[in-house]
Amino acid sequence: MKGWYAVFRKETANFFVSPIAYAVIAIFLLIAGFFFYAHLSLLSLISLQAANNPMVAERINFTDVVVRPLIQNLSIILLFVMPLLSMRLLSEEKKSGCIELLLTYPITDLGVLVGKFLAALAVLVVMLAGTVSVPVLLLAFGATEFGPLLTGYLGLFLMGAAFMSLGMFLSSLTENQIVAAAISFGAALLFWVISWTASIVGEQSGFVLRQLSIIEHLESFQKGILALPDISFFVLFTAFFLFLTMRSLETYRWKG
Amino acid sequence: MIEVENLSKYYGRLAAIQNVNFRVEPGEIVGFLGPNAAGKTTTMRILTCFSPPSSGDARVLGMSVWNDSIQIRQKVGYLPENVPLYDWMRVRSYLEFVARAKGVAAASRAGEIERVASSVGLEDVMGKIIKWLSKGFRQRVGLAQALIGDPPILILDEPTIGLDPRQIREIRQLIKSFSQNRTVILSTHILPEVSQVCDRVIIINKGSIVAEDTPANLTSGHGKSRRTQVIARAPETELRQVFAGMPGLVAVHSTGVSSDEQASVVVEASPDLDIRPALARTVLGKGWDLLELRGLDLSLEDVFIDLVTEETEEGAGAENAARKEAV
Repeated sequence: MKGWYAVFRKETANFFVSPIAYAVIAIFLLIAGFFFYAHLSLLSLISLQAANNPMVAERINFTDVVVRPLIQNLSIILLFVMPLLSMRLLSEEKKSGCIELLLTYPITDLGVLVGKFLAALAVLVVMLAGTVSVPVLLLAFGATEFGPLLTGYLGLFLMGAAFMSLGMFLSSLTENQIVAAAISFGAALLFWVISWTASIVGEQSGFVLRQLSIIEHLESFQKGILALPDISFFVLFTAFFLFLTMRSLETYRWKG
Repeated sequence: MIEVENLSKYYGRLAAIQNVNFRVEPGEIVGFLGPNAAGKTTTMRILTCFSPPSSGDARVLGMSVWNDSIQIRQKVGYLPENVPLYDWMRVRSYLEFVARAKGVAAASRAGEIERVASSVGLEDVMGKIIKWLSKGFRQRVGLAQALIGDPPILILDEPTIGLDPRQIREIRQLIKSFSQNRTVILSTHILPEVSQVCDRVIIINKGSIVAEDTPANLTSGHGKSRRTQVIARAPETELRQVFAGMPGLVAVHSTGVSSDEQASVVVEASPDLDIRPALARTVLGKGWDLLELRGLDLSLEDVFIDLVTEETEEGAGAENAARKEAV
């Protein structure tokens, strides 16, 4: 991993020198804020309607009406914005020719990848941290439990990392950032909806499709459950595409 | 310092270089000369460990490009063709990144950057964004990043391409100044650059080395014939007829500048024969005035064209077949 820190600093600076990170973070926070407001309004409306029915009112809680749908909506926004962050990670280096210099510095290929990946994750963390006012407000008013919030954010982070590694791999295959973004979005969407056909392809194939589906593995996090199979899925998904990116860089060297 | 043994690189079925062998001694400036697509950049990319060879080995400071890639990269400063730089960075930030990437210790990083910036004349633009620099300054930034970490070997791919004559001169002077305690390999197809900067020239064509010597030896020793220019007060036709019968003579050409009063011809003779005394005696024996008699050295350009053309003529078909031997 020699040299990863130099690459990490350079990449982080690149994100925040260009308007990409600011634009993506701003859009993410704007939409996140909108959803939070919408879910709170819905909760308020339901609460008013349930005021005359104590049995129903008792069953209404912030976690089910605000936190879970919010985490679900944030995950959908991430599906859209992650390709915008990952698209330039390697394609820009290839297009500018800078990759030739980068790969002749005494940095291992793994160092290059880890530096770039961690820089992109840092932007993801900043983005998620921007929504911290939501849990702070909910916890301050004692309106929700800490567990589902924490697992929800962990799920978003793991899913973001998975999308980032997928996007970085696809970015290593092309010099064109738009192409990288488009295929990253398409591939991420495919992993999102892949389980939709699970019920019509037979039991065994359906099981496999459900295991590959991102939303299936995100569900436990939204419920406040830390399930090892779901954590493993995101970790392995990320590691697999980082591994493919390494191989892609190696192939690039052979062709170079 | 650098030993290249039977180095080959194939792109699919096409051989970019084939069985290339050469050595570079410490402190030498070696010019890699060749037409476009000759294999210069491929060789340099292998030496800088950007790309592995298909077969053969290159050893840099005794280390193999196969096994010691990171250690070699620590010892080699590389300037690729067209100087790819991070345009969005400021010069100082960029050099800091390079210093960090090359593992320059934090304590000496600032000093190293100042030293290199001053050696290539970047002091006035350290705070500027690379995108807005002139081509000459971009080239200097490229050289600076290669020099960070004080590598004992510099590999420069077309370091003066696209520069104006003043910038070319400045960059050449910089390269010469770096070479005092370094080994430098530079590729170029600008022939005067080689004569002015390099101690030794390796001419590469179609992936194979066709000549390797000092510029002086190449220009004096390569010719198939020794050429002498004769200017005499005589009719040109008669002068050429008289010379035509001399022993050891290969050909007589008009220089095209003869007048009614004087003739100017170039005589080509066997390379092992100094024909000048015989030419002088012949002219004077005929009662003509000898106005000028001088040996003509081949220019490096002549040698280059000659070698490259020779290669093309000799082996056009065979060469192409050989380069696709991996079928």
